[in-house]
Amino acid sequence: MSSPRGGDKEGGRDGERQIHVLAVDDSSVDRAVIAKLLRSSKYRVTAVDSAKKALELLGTEPNVNMIITDYSMPEMTGYELLKRVKESPTLREIPVVIMSSENDPDKINRCLEEGAEDFLLKPVRPSDVSRLCGRMRS
Amino acid sequence: MELHKLRRVYIEFASFVFHDGILDNQYTQLQQLQDESEPKFVLQVGTLFLEDSEKLLNELRSILDQQDVDFEKLDAFVRKLTGSSASIGAKRVKDACMAFHDCCKKGSKEGCLKCLQQLTAEYRLVKRKLETLFKMETQILAAGGSVPLLSQ
Repeated sequence: MSSPRGGDKEGGRDGERQIHVLAVDDSSVDRAVIAKLLRSSKYRVTAVDSAKKALELLGTEPNVNMIITDYSMPEMTGYELLKRVKESPTLREIPVVIMSSENDPDKINRCLEEGAEDFLLKPVRPSDVSRLCGRMRS
Repeated sequence: MELHKLRRVYIEFASFVFHDGILDNQYTQLQQLQDESEPKFVLQVGTLFLEDSEKLLNELRSILDQQDVDFEKLDAFVRKLTGSSASIGAKRVKDACMAFHDCCKKGSKEGCLKCLQQLTAEYRLVKRKLETLFKMETQILAAGGSVPLLSQ
């Protein structure tokens, strides 16, 4: 079983290209929960604990179908990660979903205006993950 | 204790925990995610919550020990604990965090110290309850049974 601390990977199925979601959250609890929710929907998940690690991974492994990131993280926020992804010619097509425990309309609008695919309020539910299904990068 | 009795005691204990608002349906959501690929998922997440909460509470104490309190830093840690407590279903801890967040916004050291006291008390309570639940869940699984799903 993979560890939710720092970073972890799940292997894809043999002979099939599994949808790969990159989950970013500095909270080990929330990272474990979102990773499990995504794996339960049969996605391959890589979970990292910072936006910096997310960008490092995207630099070496661009075949990510969606990024789902917490908003409030130290050093680089999920919003800043969103901006960096949307500014990058190689990454801009990857849909980015923002998660937050705060229902702040200004924050939500700012993210959507910057190109976020969706904004999920924590705790994230299975129904939230289900509605992301058709919005993965193909 | 035989399995049937273990399950009954577990359900009775858990119903009080839910009735008192210490845990909410988010805990049940986590139980529903648990499966053969991760049979100890709830225990793992719960353990992470307890470890992280101890660290966050220490950070909060440390900030409030300072002469000049950095309320923004304090609030950032409170928000982290708000998030993780919501994710595990620790409702009363989450509610205590939200009251603490309001005090941070007001910049009241005295208010924040009282909030920390309340938050610590709620955390210690949910810690005891979770540890008991985990122990009983382990016993049920060891006896060959499945853990009953809980609800409010």
